[in-house]
Amino acid sequence: MSMNRRQFITVAGISTVLGVGSASVIIGLGKSSLEAAQISPDPRALKAKRWGFVVDVSKLASDEDYRKCIDACHDIHNVPNNPNPMHEVKWIWKDTYEHTFPNVAEDKIMNVELQEKNFLLFCNHCANPACVRVCPTKATFKRKSDGIVMQDMHRCIGCRFCMAACPFGARSFNYVDPRPNIAKEKQNKTFPTRMIGVVEKCTACYERLAIGQQPACAEASNGAIVFGDLEDPDSEIRKLISEKYTIRRKPELGTQPGIYYVIGGGEHA
Amino acid sequence: MYNSGKIIAGLVVFFILATMPFLLNLGKASAKVETSIDTPEINALPVKQCVEPKEFMRSEHMQLLNEWRDQVVRNGNRIYESSNGNQYTISLQNSCMKCHSNKKEFCDKCHNYMAVKPYCWTCHIEPKENKS
Amino acid sequence: MLEKALSGSNRYWAWIFFLLAVIGVGFIAYMKQLNEGLGITGLSRDVSWGLYIGQFTFLVGVAASAVMLVIPYYLHDFKKFGKIVILGEFLAVSAVIMCVLFIMADMGQPMRVANILLHPTPGSIVFWDVVVLNGYLLLNLIIGWTTLGADRKGVKPPDWVKPLIYLSIPWAVSIHTVTAFLYAGIPGRHFWLTAVMAARFLASAFAGGPALLIILALLVRKFSKFDPGTEAIQAIGKIVTYAMFANVFLLGLEFFTAFYSNIPGHMHPFQYLYAGIDGHDKLVPLMWTSSILAVVALAILVFPNLRRNEGILAFACVALFSSLWIDKGFGLIIGGFVPNMFEGVTEYWPTMLEALITLGVWATGFLLLTVLYKVAIAVREEDAAVEH
Repeated sequence: MSMNRRQFITVAGISTVLGVGSASVIIGLGKSSLEAAQISPDPRALKAKRWGFVVDVSKLASDEDYRKCIDACHDIHNVPNNPNPMHEVKWIWKDTYEHTFPNVAEDKIMNVELQEKNFLLFCNHCANPACVRVCPTKATFKRKSDGIVMQDMHRCIGCRFCMAACPFGARSFNYVDPRPNIAKEKQNKTFPTRMIGVVEKCTACYERLAIGQQPACAEASNGAIVFGDLEDPDSEIRKLISEKYTIRRKPELGTQPGIYYVIGGGEHA
Repeated sequence: MYNSGKIIAGLVVFFILATMPFLLNLGKASAKVETSIDTPEINALPVKQCVEPKEFMRSEHMQLLNEWRDQVVRNGNRIYESSNGNQYTISLQNSCMKCHSNKKEFCDKCHNYMAVKPYCWTCHIEPKENKS
Repeated sequence: MLEKALSGSNRYWAWIFFLLAVIGVGFIAYMKQLNEGLGITGLSRDVSWGLYIGQFTFLVGVAASAVMLVIPYYLHDFKKFGKIVILGEFLAVSAVIMCVLFIMADMGQPMRVANILLHPTPGSIVFWDVVVLNGYLLLNLIIGWTTLGADRKGVKPPDWVKPLIYLSIPWAVSIHTVTAFLYAGIPGRHFWLTAVMAARFLASAFAGGPALLIILALLVRKFSKFDPGTEAIQAIGKIVTYAMFANVFLLGLEFFTAFYSNIPGHMHPFQYLYAGIDGHDKLVPLMWTSSILAVVALAILVFPNLRRNEGILAFACVALFSSLWIDKGFGLIIGGFVPNMFEGVTEYWPTMLEALITLGVWATGFLLLTVLYKVAIAVREEDAAVEH
């Protein structure tokens, strides 16, 4: 739901009238001066029709390479390190080929190198997100402007329907208070934490895009993660996808995931 | 009506008890709440004014914050142009609390007085001052 | 009429206070959950719904089953159900209240639940579930109360109730269909992605709910002067039998499709539930208990001679109800989450606190049921006294 300025002023005005002894405020401020008030995006913001990612796992050699991307994300977003694995919260993580592509992994005689590969997993920012379809409060929604699947932690009621619906296991629920599990010295004071009872996930660093920065994982990945506009035929990401053989997770479910994996090694295409 | 005497007496006693806090304080001056804007950041401002005039902020800051929240999280709008033409970055942690770095003497004081408990701070990190 | 619930025997009051005590314990457990979060349950990142949602799903079925009395009585003029139909309607009321409580218990942020109405999202099945469940609650409360009130005065129920009664029939089907759609429309959860889900839900509901009703009717006869009627109970027994066969048949269809197609993702949840995967077999004993109880119940119910003996009928109903409670209140939910989206296995088992909260909700439902039944029974006893 979005309010236009007039509705906003109406609401503000009505509540002001109701507020005891503040009637004078509307006369002084309400009509004339607040009209000038405006809300707009930051001019530095990066824009796209639909953001997407290419993850080239051939460029992720060591554990350290994966760790850098994961830490970059989890540190700036105050993602807690919950001791109980059942209550794990993660926005981006490393997992095996078998777990990443369970639908195609049942092949015992396939390329060993591929089978032993690790992948970086995070929210696919699907074009037809199942999580958005099931959310009863629009707490998770797809941004019309750039296709990012957002999570409004203010509105989430914690029903966890989105967790049942997401085919990629991208979502985490705050089963316990996250605050004690974020190291004090690591806390990013410019970004909020979460509270018990809400679902969270990768938001494609919407707060960084808004001020003209790349997502943290892409920035820390040394070129292994390329972020760009999937709808722009001239974008770097589109060039990569057209040149290399890429696969996506569970494309048969029709959600149109926005992460394209490049396995690398030989050029297939 | 059966037992009308008892019922009426009971109602009178109830009415007196229920209105006791008001009756006792009738005519007395109510306690005033004084919030402080004495922070280095605010003192450094050429004109000590928030994004909107004091009276508006005092009565409408909740609506403003709610609207700001939706604009940032849901619409990606992060710049607020105020009624006097200044532009501000919309952020509770990084804008509001940068000036009002004395949460205890500013936010808490009035909220406690009004007995309201906004739960902004279960997620948004409060300024350092309050870390004991 | 409610004043009739305020006078009763010592046994009645002992039962009431027992339920209140269980509710109290459950409430204290819930306070802990409210403060510390759902981490006090056995739920996890991989199995994010469990006992609460299972109970909710099961109880929607119990609520919907009232229609199995309403249809014969109001549509087919089956007079034998005249006295007992109120028991079905009040059971539905209690069951829906329990559903609502279980949903609330499962919410991470229950104080924000009004967001469902503040930001209505017709694309979400939860929105429709809220609408149909509340509507059904209201319908049954109005219908039950009005017809009972008219009965008490010895007059016919007012005419305006009739349309509501007819409306309640498709409405009952809708509550369980919509609840099935919560699961059956999710891509990637193979166990739930089945077109017969709603049909299965209805079949199991029409078996489990009336089975509970038989048990309740027998208890009512034992503890009060109101006799719901032998023939009525026998007729419900028939309904239970047919519905349970339909339910087992539909479950069989699921097995066939999963295993004959040989698609791994479809087979895995069944393998986990009935055989275990890589030594993860917490649910195996439970699922087999459910299967055996179902077979035992059917083996009894299918013979009219056995069914006619009320002791044996009661036993079969308890077996059947327990079987469905395990299958739908537990296995159905967990099977959707195991294996997880990465074909890994994280097991789930409820914690003590979770069980206490669950018991507290059941006790709340039974308290409501007791009070409503007390009123209904008192009216029926008065009627009986007048007739004689």
